[in-house]
Amino acid sequence: MTTTSTPATTGTLERYGLSDDQLRVILHTMLMQRQLDNRGFQLNRQGKIPFALGSEGHEAIQAGAAMAFIRGKDILAPYYRDLGLAVGIGFTPLEVLLSLFARAADHNGGRQFPNHYSSRRIGMMSFSSILAAQIPHAVGAAYALQYRKESGRAVLVTFGDGTTSEGEWHESMNFAAVHRLPIVFLCENNQWAISTPLSKQMGQPNICKRAEGYGMPGEQFDGFDPIVTYDVVNRAMQRARSGSGPSLVEGMCYRFLAHSTDDDDRTYRTREEVEVQRANDPVPRFERVLIENKIMTAEEIDALRKDVLREANEATDEAEAMPYPQASDLYTNVHEGAWEPWQ
Amino acid sequence: MAIAAPSKVMTNVEAVRATLYDALKRDDRVLILGEDVGNRGNVFLITKGFIEEFGAERVIDTPIAEASIVGVAVGMAMEGLRPIAEIQFADFIYPAFNQIVGEAAKIRYRSNGEYTCPMVIRTPYGGGVRGALSHSISVEALFYHVPGLKIVAPSTPRDIKGLLNTAIEDPDPVMFLEHKRTYRLIKDEVPDEYFTIPLGKANVLKEGSALTVVSYGLNAHQALEAAQRLEGEGLSVEVIDLRSIRPMDRKAILDSLRKTHKLLVIHEDNKFGGIGAEISAMVAEEALFELDAPIRRLCGPDVPAMGYALPLEEEFMISTDRMAEVMREMVKY
Ligand SMILES: Cc1ncc(C[n+]2csc(CCOP(=O)(O)OP(=O)(O)O)c2C)c(N)n1
Ligand SMILES: [Mg+2]
Repeated sequence: MTTTSTPATTGTLERYGLSDDQLRVILHTMLMQRQLDNRGFQLNRQGKIPFALGSEGHEAIQAGAAMAFIRGKDILAPYYRDLGLAVGIGFTPLEVLLSLFARAADHNGGRQFPNHYSSRRIGMMSFSSILAAQIPHAVGAAYALQYRKESGRAVLVTFGDGTTSEGEWHESMNFAAVHRLPIVFLCENNQWAISTPLSKQMGQPNICKRAEGYGMPGEQFDGFDPIVTYDVVNRAMQRARSGSGPSLVEGMCYRFLAHSTDDDDRTYRTREEVEVQRANDPVPRFERVLIENKIMTAEEIDALRKDVLREANEATDEAEAMPYPQASDLYTNVHEGAWEPWQ
Repeated sequence: MAIAAPSKVMTNVEAVRATLYDALKRDDRVLILGEDVGNRGNVFLITKGFIEEFGAERVIDTPIAEASIVGVAVGMAMEGLRPIAEIQFADFIYPAFNQIVGEAAKIRYRSNGEYTCPMVIRTPYGGGVRGALSHSISVEALFYHVPGLKIVAPSTPRDIKGLLNTAIEDPDPVMFLEHKRTYRLIKDEVPDEYFTIPLGKANVLKEGSALTVVSYGLNAHQALEAAQRLEGEGLSVEVIDLRSIRPMDRKAILDSLRKTHKLLVIHEDNKFGGIGAEISAMVAEEALFELDAPIRRLCGPDVPAMGYALPLEEEFMISTDRMAEVMREMVKY
């Protein structure tokens, strides 16, 4: 196991081959994630939607990982915290808003909670709210790639720290290792599982250390840094694509907001703890990196932020104006063809 | 005179084997995964020799982890393969419950059709083989409550072939429950050629006019034998083999009932909340006034499992004599 740490923001920027354009795309993804994420909470407070999930604090890890994903080739098996990853691989703001508003045009037709995105078009597998249940599916998809000898493709599967306690997580790691499958297990370690801290979740706090026990490499990294995230995930994905087997990578981050609009995190963690983490907020931190390294100016970033806001507003208006599914849609897609309910 | 299509006499277990073999031959999207299905060729030797012929990528000896056997198969299915997952004994299916009920059954629904899960979960179930508490259980009632799952429980070699072919081709998840007591007990002609039998179509094993008996699996054979005995006594009993539990052939049950006006449901699985409960409720809703006698359900006893000791197993299993007795009572009611 190696531990990758934050590169200094002074001196030459270690950018692991990322171009200026790619760095700007990363910032765009991060800003869009934050904007859409906050939009969910706003819409909830306005009484327009019953529920939203936050992902503030996960912007760097997701935008960096998205940059390591090859569109049209790789497969993503995400979880509900992955707004930025989804947007980063091609899910549009409108698609995000359709999910928030549970509209008929949403990919799952308004059936699932917000943030439970899937899209065949971009290779993002359907998942449920059941923690860890998507992980064996990702392994099965990786098996399919290997079986069909589609080298040059890999699966990226994500999950939270708490989810690594589930049996299906363990079974999946083990299965992937046995078959040396083209898959990367990306843990977004935000140190909390709703109200349960890492210390109550596991006896040994370095999740990536478990990799050795399964027979695959493990690497921990600073998940507040998108460039470092890109590097770690990219190397693991390359390994997977070239037939060298699975990896477990663990990005350290933090969940700034409550677990969801139904949660009150003041009941289990101090404001001081949250403030200490906020001081390291990955979004302004990355903006500073871009400015200091003369990749973007403060003005350009401001303009980008305005663009993002406008896009989010347009998507919100467009999605809100679209219709709900109809009651009769409850009965479709149970099986292929018409479904005759037993009643 | 029609020329009989070429066929072979096979046991139930041989029919499963032959059908799986043909599927592997026919379609390279088909994979088999489960515990000991490769090197050992399955504990009942169903897949013996498959790993040599089709390779370890298609006949996968999995780690002992049922949730991932099913869960990995779900992922394969979502990504275009046609996996057949085996649970070595139905009693070991509980760790996979989440993947079957929470995931496989809902993939198409929850993605509004963008993702689908064309897979088969095969498992041997049922008692009468001295399988004790944990190698004898019937699991159909645990799963038939779940919309999105299809559940097949065939009784004959011919039905096994036709229904397993259908299950493998089905675009949605199908559970294929094989009564292990029938594996070597039941033998019959099976056509060599490829054929399918639609899910949700019951089979009238014997026509009769005074009582409808609905059953499946091992019990269907016993019910037929009991009904044939009663025929000698001048009592006419119709026997329906459901074959598929979900979708269920409601029409076959109601059509028969409209003729006989009496209904007996027989299954080895225990009574409370069992398949017979649903059939009885359905009949009460749709054909109550057709009934000339109270519906009866002859089922496994309401205890956690059958015991290993012979008297404990025999007490649990429904004897053919007992079936004949209840049929007689009902016809004469
Ligand atoms: C099987 C299952 N158990 C419990 C829950 C309830 N639940 C939803 S999110 C969550 C915490 C997950 O924590 P973690 O894996 O760390 O992910 P995070 O939300 O922190 O990103 C829990 C317990 C669930 N959805 N599924
Ligand atoms: Mg967490």
